[in-house]
This record gives sequence, C-alpha cells and structure tokens, in this order.
Amino acid sequence: MRINTLLAGAVAAIALAGPALAQDVAITGGRVLTGTSVIENGTVVIRGGKVVSVGTGAAPAGLRVIDARGKVVAPGFVAVDSGLAGTEVGSVRGTNDLANRANTLTAAFDLSYGLDPWSFTLPVARLGGVTRAVVTPQHGGSGGGHSHDDSDFAGAGAGGYQTPGLFAGQAAVIKLGGSDILVKPRVAMTAPFGEAGATVAGGARGAEFVLFKETLAETRLYARNKAAYDRAALRDLSLSRADLEALIPVAEGRMPLIVTVNRAADIRQVLRLAREEGVKVILDGAAEGWLVADEIAAAKVPVLLHPLTNLPSNFEMRAARMQNAAALNAAGVVIAIKGNEGGAHRARDLRYNAGNAVSHGLPFAAAIQAITVNPARIFGFDGQFGELKPGAAGDVVVWSGDPLEPLSQPSAVLIDGVEQPLQARNLLLRDRYRTGGEGAMPPAYGN
Amino acid sequence: MLFSRLRGPSLAVLTCALGALSLSACATTGDAAPKTQTASAAPASKDRTMAPGLDGWANQDPYPSTYRGLPRQDMAIVGATVLTGAGQKIQNGVVVVTDGRIVAVGGADTPVPAGHQVVDARGRYVTPGIIDIHSHLGVYPSPGVQGMSDGNEATNPNTAQVWAEHSIWPQDPGFNTARAGGVTTMQILPGSANLFGGRGVTLRNVPSVTMQGMKFPNAPYGLKMACGENPSRVYGSRNQSPATGMGNVAGYRAAFIAARDYKDKWDKWRETGQGTPPTRNLQLETLAGVLDGSVLIQNHCYRADEMAVMLDVAKEFGYKITTFHHAVEAYKVAPLLAREGVCAAMWTGWWGFKMEALDGIEENAALTDAPEGSCAVIHSDDAELIQRLNQEAAAALSAGRRAGMNIAEEHAISWITLNAAKSIGIDKETGSLENGKRADVVIWSADPFSIYARADQVFIDGGLAYDRANPAFQPVSDFELGQPGFGQAAVGVAQGAR
Repeated sequence: MRINTLLAGAVAAIALAGPALAQDVAITGGRVLTGTSVIENGTVVIRGGKVVSVGTGAAPAGLRVIDARGKVVAPGFVAVDSGLAGTEVGSVRGTNDLANRANTLTAAFDLSYGLDPWSFTLPVARLGGVTRAVVTPQHGGSGGGHSHDDSDFAGAGAGGYQTPGLFAGQAAVIKLGGSDILVKPRVAMTAPFGEAGATVAGGARGAEFVLFKETLAETRLYARNKAAYDRAALRDLSLSRADLEALIPVAEGRMPLIVTVNRAADIRQVLRLAREEGVKVILDGAAEGWLVADEIAAAKVPVLLHPLTNLPSNFEMRAARMQNAAALNAAGVVIAIKGNEGGAHRARDLRYNAGNAVSHGLPFAAAIQAITVNPARIFGFDGQFGELKPGAAGDVVVWSGDPLEPLSQPSAVLIDGVEQPLQARNLLLRDRYRTGGEGAMPPAYGN
Repeated sequence: MLFSRLRGPSLAVLTCALGALSLSACATTGDAAPKTQTASAAPASKDRTMAPGLDGWANQDPYPSTYRGLPRQDMAIVGATVLTGAGQKIQNGVVVVTDGRIVAVGGADTPVPAGHQVVDARGRYVTPGIIDIHSHLGVYPSPGVQGMSDGNEATNPNTAQVWAEHSIWPQDPGFNTARAGGVTTMQILPGSANLFGGRGVTLRNVPSVTMQGMKFPNAPYGLKMACGENPSRVYGSRNQSPATGMGNVAGYRAAFIAARDYKDKWDKWRETGQGTPPTRNLQLETLAGVLDGSVLIQNHCYRADEMAVMLDVAKEFGYKITTFHHAVEAYKVAPLLAREGVCAAMWTGWWGFKMEALDGIEENAALTDAPEGSCAVIHSDDAELIQRLNQEAAAALSAGRRAGMNIAEEHAISWITLNAAKSIGIDKETGSLENGKRADVVIWSADPFSIYARADQVFIDGGLAYDRANPAFQPVSDFELGQPGFGQAAVGVAQGAR
C-alpha cells in the first residue's frame, strides 16, 4: 500500500515534468457536446493533434480508443479574463506579472513575456476542464485582485491593483499543456472604465472619456506622422512611443479593446464611444448589462461576464442580477462566462459559474457555448479551438457526467491531442496527508 | 438567559456544544442548568450592587434580542427526499412542524396532525437551514464603500472590546441573497486585522430594521482571534508589534495574562465583597468570558503548525478553542483537531491568494472529516459564496469521492448544517431536522448537491421567509428600493430575486 502510493507519486511527478507525445486517438461511446450541438453515442477522432471527425461511426481501426460510454465528452473550456500562468501566489507581488504599475508603459505592456508554462495554476485549472485561456492584464475594477479576508487591506482600488494609465496592457491566448503555452500574444487591449477608469483620469468619468478620445487622436496623429515624430518635429504627446505603437491597431479597429464596465449608463457611453471612434470593443463585467441588453446586441458587442455577480457591491452595480447572462443571451448578445477571482487559482470554477447561469435562466446549450465556442470566436479563434469539429485543436475532456455539475470529474483531458496527467500539486498534498499524517515517519517522507 | 446560564455549568454546555454526538445529552445538560443567575454571578448583598453599567456580570446581555420570528403555520412537508443533517436520508419523507418547532421527522407513514397544512414537496429535497459560521454581512455590506466599511477595528492588535453587532447594518441586501441560498443562521464576525478582533454575533436571517431584531436568542458570543499573515502585516507595516508570527503569539499570551488577573480580581470581590472591584474593562471582560467558557473562541488560522501553537496557547491559559476558521491546512492535522474536539471551518475552492493559503486543497473537508470525533464545517467569509454553500459542499464531496472516499450526501450536508451549529454553540437549537429543534427548513428544487438546485422555500422557525415563486416572500432591503433595475424583470424574474 505504502509502496504503491510512493510509486504513484513518483510517476505523477514525472508526468508533471516531462513532455507528453501527441497520439492519434478515438473517443467513443460518450454523449458528445461539440460546443454547438449534442451527439449521443458519439465518436471523436483526433489525428496529429487536431479533431478530424465528430460523428457516430465506429472508431477507425488501429487507433487508440478512449472508452467514454456513460460519460460526457466536451471541448476543453476556454477561460476568459484569466490570470493563468501569470501569477502564482496572489499576495506575493514578485509572482504577479498581470499588473504593471508604471505609468511610463501602459498600453504596450505585453504580459505574454511573463507567462510561466510551469505555473502550478495550470494543472489545477486543467482538472476543472480548462484547456485554453485568454490571459488578461488585471487592473482596479477587473476584480482580479480581490481575495476575501485580504481585501480589507488591499487599499489600491477595488481589485487591489491600481493601473496608472488609461490602458492596462494587452492580453494573450495560451493553452494549458506543454512547455510552449503561448498560442498568440497581443490579442486584445484592456482598459478600465466606470469607477476604476474615472480614478485613473482624476476621479470623474467625464474626464476619462475625454482623455480617452484625446489619446486616440494622439495615436492617429502619431500614426500619420511617424517620420516627423522620429525627428522630433511633432508636438509633445502624452503617451510613450511604445504605448502609441500599441494603440494603433486599437485606433484602427483591428485589435479589440476589452472594456471593464458595469454601470448601464457607462455601458451606453462606451458603446457610443466605440461607434464614434471606430473602436472594436468587448465588454467585461457588464453587471448592469441586462438593463441595456438590446443596445449591446444591436451594437454587436460581445460580453465577458461573471454570472454570480448579483449584489450592489458599489454604485455601479446596483442592478446586478443573477439573470444577467440569461437576459443578455436572450437579447442576442454573444456572452462568455468568466471564472472566479481573476481566474488564476479559481479558473476551475468556470463550469460552476456556467451551471449557475443555467439555474438562473440561461439555456444549457448557451452555457456550454459561453465557455467553449463563444470565447474562441470573440477573440478571433473561430474553429481553431473551443469546439469539437474537424480542423479544431484536439482539446477534449471526458467527464464522468454533466461537466457543469460539481459531482462530475474529468477522467481524461487532452490538449492538442496530448493526454494530460490528471495530477496537480493539490492532489499530491492530498495523497501525502490522506492517512492522517501521523505515521512513524513524518509526511515529508511520503513524497 | 443563556448567557447567565453559561456562567455556572459553562464547561458542560461548552463540551456539549463542541461536538457531543448525543444531542439528547446536550439538551439534558442545558435544561438542567438553572434558569437564573448562579450564586457566584449575582451580587450576594446590597453593598456589592454597583451603579448601572459598572458591573459586567450583573447584566450580561445589554443588547438583548428582540427577535420575534415571522408568522408561522403548522405544517407537514411531505414527499421529499429528506437529508436531516444528522446523518439520515429519508426517501418520501415527512417533516412535521408545530408552533415553529420540528415535532416529527420520518417516512411516508409518519402521521400528519390534524389542522396542519400539507406542503407537497414531491420530487424535491428538504434539508435543515444552512448555517454560515463566518460571514461579514452587515459589517462589510453591499455597497462596499468606505462609509460602510465597518468590519475591522484595525486600530490596535487587541480590540476584544468591540462587538460586531454594533457595526451591523441590517439593510445589507446580502442578507436577502443569502436567504435565497437557504441560509437561515449566520455568525457575523469582525475582520481579521487584529489578534483579537472582537465579539461576533449570531443572527437569524430575517429582515429587520434593527440588529436586535435579528439576534439569535441566547446564542453564545464568539470572540474572533486571528493567526498569521493578517495581524503581522497590518501592524508590522505600521512598525508596530506584532510584525511576526512570534509577535502574534506574544500578543495572545500577554492579553490572557491580563485577563486572568482581571477575572481573579472580580471573582474575589464577588465572592468576598472585600476591597474594590477593578474598573470595568470591556476588552478584559470579553477575554474573561473566554476563560470561563461563556465566550467561544472563533480562531482565524490557516496553517496546520499555527493551529497546533494556538492549541498550546489555549492550554497554557486554560481556555478552549471552539473552531478554527479558514483552516486551509486542517487536513494536515485532522487527527489532532479531532482529539482536541475543535471544529475546523474551511472553503473548498479558495487557495493560493496568499502564502498561508497556498496548500489549500478541495479535499480538505473530506480529509478533516475522516477521524472519529471530528467536526468539519464549510464556511463562506464572502457575500457571494454564502449564497451557494450547498455547491461548495458539493465540490468538497466530489473531491472526497475523487480521492476514493465513500462519503454519503446525508453525511456531507452536516458540513453546512449540524456541524456548523456545533461550531458556534447552537446545535441544541438548530442545525438538523430533529424533534424539538427550531423549524429552520429549506425545500430545494433538486438535490442540493446539484449545481441546478435552487432553494424553493426557506422557513425560519417555521415561518416562510423566502419563496422563489412568490414575490411577496422575496424581501427587498430599503437600500434596494428605487435603485436602477428596481421592479424590472430580468428574464421573467420579478424584483427581489437577485
């Protein structure tokens, strides 16, 4: 018994550290949630790390088979507004590469350089079925820094972080397997609006919007006059050259801007700003979004939301409701559901958040879309992941039951067709202490 | 007057509250206690009577409960799957409530008394009301703005003199959302900036204009203590002690030395009438209450090693720790906690937000629950999580099963019901569906361990406090009236049902 435990631990440790090989595999017999439809007794075939077929036929001969009879097969979940691989311990500032506190570089802040493939947050999230993530800079108002009994002392904005500039930096897409986790850097720009954005501008919303428009104007001026700027023949600009460069694709409507905003009035102003400036926005938060759902839908603006937000935590969330996800979806808004607490340590809660949205009116199919297909589409990865269909990445999770239920657990997790170890530091701790920790030898000898 | 009662046979009552499995034994002990103040506590002669407010022992309940309970009806809830909280699962069960108390719990053949309303709960689940032993509702209310930030008297490492009940804003909309999550009882604690944060208070989760109107009658007080990073960070950053873990412990010890001295002087004066009693000191009075067992220690303590040190501090000064809160590493010392009869309150999902939370595992409750005599509790410390303690328990149950442990739902429900009641000393009154207890009952739309389960009806003392289908039983706080979104339906849901 003891030896078996030791061996299991050793094997697990190796699996955590070593690279795994992509395998061609067929997953058969399960209830397949493709992301957009359901196939009973389905077969998912993966070759070369990608899905090649999803249907009901038999597994191709000679392929390794994962028997999913009685189980549910789903695409790996896509966490948005996530801190995965960007931080280890919340209060240890040296581990936090999600928030930059200098005002000399804001929009140009590129967190992809700070991502750690060996972060112990990744295996934990995988056990919750998360296989891809949009890692997003954290700023006051994004909620990423809050942590209950620490929050009394954070003292630096609602989220415990304070961003000195109008922009918090650029998000990246990662996958949660292998040593090369970066899928694409600089997929979106982030900016706090509402109370947090106003704070940056001096305290008032009216200052922030004006400053924002002025910044876009300066960006365009710079873009048109780079040669003049280089020979110092352009008037002084408020942002650094690096920030201006980073903002050009935003000003040109090529890079989406993730706007953290909650108050209905602020949402309307942001929609108007986006229309006037030709900026492509993604709303983040939108706690009062349901009050202006039709306007958001008409603007074809997607929303990243936290479906558990239902308290008037401050004066920009007075209308927060558990039904926000359902109402926005019903109005035709494309929604993506977020994890908890900045989505680093609690990214695994994504599926519970989706489940709660269902119990508050969101159709089950829409909830699955909101953690698979929609986030991929919102960030421009339509068909590349977040969905089980030919050509998509082989990111598949086999669940013991409905993946939104806490009592379900994954029995297999594949990323790019590579089966991931169902192991993490927390499970190693569990196994070390599962017999009570009072044996003849201290637990530290137990691996 | 439980507070008076506790003065005399306090150890017996405390032991009972701490985890005696026999509830009848608990009840006997409590009932046997005198209903009036004991001889030692009451002034024996006229010359020991002091001016109002100067003798803390003379009036131990200066802010008494005015809780009345909601209008109630005798009823029998029939047809549901009943999880009693005390370990039983009854299919097609019957729960009979008379005059706000549980009078019968059993199978389909349980007789329904004449005149009782029959509540059809077929296809649904029934549990005791959920109890959150660690909440800051009312003291850190919504909106969480500076003017309402009333949970931490972070002005001195020892603020044992403050009482959370004096910070509570009963209009916090969070009380309503917690009730919609099945929460019928909460212990509201002051925050964790201090070694001694002050007294907590246990509330019935009913809407009220005043704090007293929510106060759980005769519930014992809890004193919030905090280990670890919070006190040393808060005061260390001010170049003040404590700045370290060892500074923390020195602070606890110094305080209890002073409390022993204070208590001895009062005891001597009350016994002999000689000399002059010390000037009443609210800080020392609370700590003296800890020493005589009437105030329960609710100790914020994450790490296994720190819990072991706190147990030694308690032994050094002769008091009992009732519950460790945020016991992220309880699983590392589960046998020790069970032997000492200390409850451990935990999260399932929280981890990694600071060093002392680094080793948080989802299996914590399951592993801590395993030894004989243990008392595992799941708590929230959070206005959102309190709404879904059933889901937090479900995730803990799931993790335990993933680890190969055979844990039944009828057992796991105790983590948020009966064990929670034990851990704050109210298990005689609530926490399980057993005869004689308060009729705190939740009817769930589905198995409460399902993510899709919603509380359909919540009864407190047999009074309907929340009905998911009836806006008339979805209370709205004063703050919410007329705010944006007020009265507007979001996807067919009327106001009040956030």
